[in-house]
Amino acid sequence: MDVILRDRRAILVFLAPALLVYTAVLLAPIVWSLVYTFYEGNVLSGFKYVGLKNFHTLIHDHAFWTALRFTLEYGALVTVFQVALGLLLALMFVFYLRRGSALVRTLVFFPVVLPTVAVAQLFAKVFAIAPQYGLVNSGLHAVHLNGWIQDWLGRGNTALLVLVLMDVWRSMGFYAVLLYAGLVDVPEEILESARLDGASGLRLVRHVVLPLLGPVLFSALIFSINGTLKVFDSVVALTNGGPGQATTPLTLYMFNNAFSYGEYGYASAVATALSILCLLITLAVFGFARRDVTR
Amino acid sequence: MAARKQGGVATRERPAGRFVAAAVAAAGVLLAAVFAAGASATAGTATKSPAAHIDYLSVDQNTVWAPLLNAMTNKYKRIAPGSSFKDSTIPQQDLNQRIQLLASQNALPLLYNTPANDLLFQMAKRGEVVDVAKEFKKLGVSKDLVPAAAAILKQIYSGRVLSLPLEFNIEGVWYNKKIFAQNGITVPKTWDQLVADAAKLQAKGIQPFAASGIQGWPITRLVGNLIFSKLGADALEKIQTGKAKLTDPQYVWAAQQVADLGKKGYFGQGVASLDYGPAEDVFLQGKAAMFYMGSWALADFNDPTKNKLGVASIGFFPFPGVSGGKGPSALVPMNAGQPTSINPKKLTPANELWLKYIAQHYGDEAMRQKGQVTGFVVHKFPAKLSPLTKLVVHQLAVTKNPVLWFEALFSAKATTVSQQDAAPLVTGQMSPQSFMSAVQQAVSG
Repeated sequence: MDVILRDRRAILVFLAPALLVYTAVLLAPIVWSLVYTFYEGNVLSGFKYVGLKNFHTLIHDHAFWTALRFTLEYGALVTVFQVALGLLLALMFVFYLRRGSALVRTLVFFPVVLPTVAVAQLFAKVFAIAPQYGLVNSGLHAVHLNGWIQDWLGRGNTALLVLVLMDVWRSMGFYAVLLYAGLVDVPEEILESARLDGASGLRLVRHVVLPLLGPVLFSALIFSINGTLKVFDSVVALTNGGPGQATTPLTLYMFNNAFSYGEYGYASAVATALSILCLLITLAVFGFARRDVTR
Repeated sequence: MAARKQGGVATRERPAGRFVAAAVAAAGVLLAAVFAAGASATAGTATKSPAAHIDYLSVDQNTVWAPLLNAMTNKYKRIAPGSSFKDSTIPQQDLNQRIQLLASQNALPLLYNTPANDLLFQMAKRGEVVDVAKEFKKLGVSKDLVPAAAAILKQIYSGRVLSLPLEFNIEGVWYNKKIFAQNGITVPKTWDQLVADAAKLQAKGIQPFAASGIQGWPITRLVGNLIFSKLGADALEKIQTGKAKLTDPQYVWAAQQVADLGKKGYFGQGVASLDYGPAEDVFLQGKAAMFYMGSWALADFNDPTKNKLGVASIGFFPFPGVSGGKGPSALVPMNAGQPTSINPKKLTPANELWLKYIAQHYGDEAMRQKGQVTGFVVHKFPAKLSPLTKLVVHQLAVTKNPVLWFEALFSAKATTVSQQDAAPLVTGQMSPQSFMSAVQQAVSG
């Protein structure tokens, strides 16, 4: 075994197929896309070299900055709520629902496996106002809070809230299970000794459990940030970027530019901007984590 | 055969006898079938056409073209057995994107809903769009195309007929006669009168207009009509040539008027989340007084399962213009709806014969089955026409100066921006200035 793994040629032979596929499917299109940023046009009308014009347009494009702001807002809100609620649920599973937690865990995880479009249709009907009131508006009407009845998906800020609610509801179960797995790994003896020392409840969690949960929490955050910055299906299924461009993230903006307006070059520039954003945030998160560990 | 016995003669011999009788009967039936088949074969071979295979990509908001073409293909099977019709639908907002993708992969179906102008012209350069006027001349069915419909299409497509006019529509305001009568509202002749009528209705708790914010274009139609009315019929052509900008005060005024309607709540609370069908339902269920729409909606108005008001309760008046404007006092936008283009690469001789059949019969079938007017000539009007259909036929005949619509000459991007931003315009989330500025930016660059 050692002989094989030390032989460079053997390593190359084992890695080559996967590396080839990876290059063809992931790296080549990235380079291709970067080349597109210097051109304008599409497959039907042909391509024309325009140098840095796309980036110049990007910087002055109001819609791009709106999309960027929405992406960051959405990412921050969903990440915070997903992980926080997941953590709360995991703590509940371990410390309160010791025996019944299997059933509750399954129920909470169930929305994760539902198709996005089905969930979006569900939420669209729940928050509907026309032709009939949906569940939320009917409920508000029933408790005489008519001032709160509104077109939830018809205004940008409330549409963002509905979107965040939908995505958090859908995925908090996943984070709950992930963090539960991490919590279960915390040695029981440490918790016992901490309890003997007088720590209980919130202090136990804050000073003993959370630090030990650190690595799992960190990877949950990475998962979450990665997924929310690249959101596409939830947005398209619920609001299609509307009303107007109020809930259009960078991914959808790039998609519209490429395939609806036929501007592959500009869309590639937007994609490059999104990649740079993801890179910066990842570096920031890793930098923060590294600092934490050395403390 | 066994020896005859007293008791068993009948049972013994009957099976044999039955067998012979059955055999004779079967032979007779077989012979008859052979003769019949032979007869029909000889009768049929003289007029049989090769099988046509039609595939059609259309928007799912429409409920007329695909079912009608399907029904006609079933009839066409009598002279071209083995013909088939396959239809697939996509949402209206995905049309440009899907057509572009299919065109770049050389996978366009034979028939497809026409995308925005800029995309269409690119495709025409690549030979992916049939010039319908030339094709019909070749097939000898030019006289089956209504001249006014061809003229409208030439206006939209810079002098060529690049689509089939499966619809030929006027647009205007359809209103609920009962609501008008009960509230003492008369048909308005000017824009100011229309706004006053809407105010009256709103005060009585009746929603004045039903419109789809998700589609957006029912709202931007109003903006376009106000522009034509105030500035003349070439006002939007000037935008394309750069002689005027949408951010000019007169153009912004039009957007302001429509934004004001929204601000006063005349479109109802849920305008931004209503799609085409639900908005139409709001009107047809009597929950709104007026519905600006094209006459393609007649197919639904004439359908008693959708129209709860009854055909007699729906009236029509042309869009009332602004008093003192450069345009006509009553505007009748005319269009060919969402037209359908043909892919020459799939137009085989067999399919061309099918196309000829459609050209000769579509006008009549649409009129007979749906009471809908199309850009194909109707050879024989049905004895009983719905009063709404008669109205539309009359209006089409008398309109001398039709106008197009707001996004008619726009690129795919400008059309999308305009239609997407219509809902924020009427819910107050976007000011008229920002709306016009966003659309102008999409038009110029």
